[in-house]
Amino acid sequence: MKSNSRLLSAPYTVWMTIFIVVPMLLVGYFAFTDKAGSFTLENILSVGQYSNVFLRSIWLGAVATVISLGLGYPFAYIIAKMNAKRQNVMIMLVMLPMWMNFLLRTYAWMTLLEDNGLINSALAAIGLPRVHMINTAGAVVLGMVYNYIPYMILPLYSVLTKMDQSVIEAAQDLGANGRQVFLKVVVPLSMPGIISGVTMVFVPAVSTFIISKMLGGGGNLLIGDLIDMQFLGSAYNPNLGSAVSLVLMVIILICMGIMNQFDDGEVNEKGGMLL
Amino acid sequence: MKNTIISLKDITVSYDGEQVLGGFHLEIHDGEFVTLLGPSGCGKTTVLRTIAGFIKPDAGAVFFKDKNITDLPPHKREVNTIFQKYALFPHLNVYENIAFGMRLKGRNEKEIKQTVHEMLSMVNLTGYAHRGISQLSGGQQQRVAIARALANEPKVLLLDEPLGALDLKLRKDMQVELKKIQQQTGITFVFVTHDQEEALSMSDMVVVMDGGVIQQIGSPTDIYNEPKNAFVADFIGESNILDGVMLEDYSVRFAGHTFRCLDSGFGRNTPVDVVIRPEDIKVVEPDSTLIIGDVTAVTFKGVHYEIIVDVAGFKWMIQSTECRQVGDHIGLALTPNDIHVMQKSEYSGVFGDYSTFSDEMEEDRNASDEADAREEENPVKEERAEREEKDNEI
Repeated sequence: MKSNSRLLSAPYTVWMTIFIVVPMLLVGYFAFTDKAGSFTLENILSVGQYSNVFLRSIWLGAVATVISLGLGYPFAYIIAKMNAKRQNVMIMLVMLPMWMNFLLRTYAWMTLLEDNGLINSALAAIGLPRVHMINTAGAVVLGMVYNYIPYMILPLYSVLTKMDQSVIEAAQDLGANGRQVFLKVVVPLSMPGIISGVTMVFVPAVSTFIISKMLGGGGNLLIGDLIDMQFLGSAYNPNLGSAVSLVLMVIILICMGIMNQFDDGEVNEKGGMLL
Repeated sequence: MKNTIISLKDITVSYDGEQVLGGFHLEIHDGEFVTLLGPSGCGKTTVLRTIAGFIKPDAGAVFFKDKNITDLPPHKREVNTIFQKYALFPHLNVYENIAFGMRLKGRNEKEIKQTVHEMLSMVNLTGYAHRGISQLSGGQQQRVAIARALANEPKVLLLDEPLGALDLKLRKDMQVELKKIQQQTGITFVFVTHDQEEALSMSDMVVVMDGGVIQQIGSPTDIYNEPKNAFVADFIGESNILDGVMLEDYSVRFAGHTFRCLDSGFGRNTPVDVVIRPEDIKVVEPDSTLIIGDVTAVTFKGVHYEIIVDVAGFKWMIQSTECRQVGDHIGLALTPNDIHVMQKSEYSGVFGDYSTFSDEMEEDRNASDEADAREEENPVKEERAEREEKDNEI
């Protein structure tokens, strides 16, 4: 029986080894070697120069995550309260943009936000002053929220629809008013959804490079752009790129570790914890 | 007479246009253990949820000690509910679950701690305060739910089939425990169940319901011994319900013979339903009595044998400690005390003899009889079936 299941998992194990473990080891190898291939700590140490980039990435990622949670939670809550038919329609609408190409969607925002874009033209047409929006940190956050909010809404929706209605009634029965029911029962019980939503928005937001490249201009360089530059850009230096990736990975792991402290280990049982 | 604590007046409730309760009246007295008993879908849980405030009736009013609470939301009512599936808070431990209601009321920690421990000892769970909910068995979870509700000091405790998910022995223990708690605290209990035995063994007053209508209200003994109609007789315990005619006071004719009985006031020659409990019937020699039949089935039940007797096409059930064999020709003896006469009702004839025990089985059986009949009309099919049978024999 046991050898049988091992045999069955073999293709998966091989796949994991080739495409996950080996690349990780390679990243580690490059991060600690120089161009000649000899061991060095220089790459890791020089990551320090980019601490402002790291801070900006984490800051913008965090802001985008908080906004996504703030918008996504009420939205998921409202959908979960609808009848089954409307729920399906709403969830379809949430997922619909995800079927379109990511690049295309971000391009669309460019044309909207540009100084001579759709929004500014519309403002000018009704006699309002133009607003500079493209190439700002705000535009980057907007792009992040827009692209990643479905990943916040879906796990929240899934937790909220599965929530046992009788537990909510029990809280009312014991004397909790609407606000107390929400704060003392609904929010704690939706913690697994909040954690997976936050993870699924924060991680890609911190490491994104397309969004900042298109909407952030030169002034809003993020870690993703930095890594991109080391591998494909002008500053070709895979060793530094690997070191930056490694540090980013460690930082995200720490952030997620802190996040998990908010939930008493329940995530491991129920939620889709993604790292 | 005790004071009325809850009264429902003219309550009408519909779900999606389908009326569950119509013009429903009920008065519940302070300190009583009241059971709402009926088959699923009879509206008993709806009554409970209306009292709790989870359902707002389309019409009518709910009174709590003469105060109209129809529009009061659940969290402001002085009643607490024990839910069918316990509905404990999975993110809180036993202590915090029980303390939930008191914390909302802003009690101080010392008071909360004392009450939680009192409640835990009342439900025999001392030492479980810091367990997680998922670490508890069903029976323990149920007791935490009871402790949580009682810690809130309700005037009325509503119990929605709280023992349904427990196994038989545990259910019996919990029945005793609940009754004990009710007597200790003096709180009014409104208990919903479809289990007639549970209702009889725990209640001061039983409300038998069907189709959103109260069929009978009374003490457990009244309900059992003096059922008002065929529904109550069939639902509470086992009953042989026969078509009869009340010839005059104390004389009733059924099963082809005239019997003396203790009932009166039905008038002359009135059609009635006659109930005879299986345990009241005595098995005697066929030549010494009026009712004679053949045994068609015998089931050993531990305490007694359940014997089905075919008397001129009507299947009687008899509970006897003496064993009989299938095919035995026996006589059934009745004393006037064994015969209970009821007014004809909409349920007359619905509950027949003991060809089957449940309505569902009877419907299924009728359906398959029809299917058989249809098949017989189709000779080709039959032939094929025969051929197959032969093949099997070879």
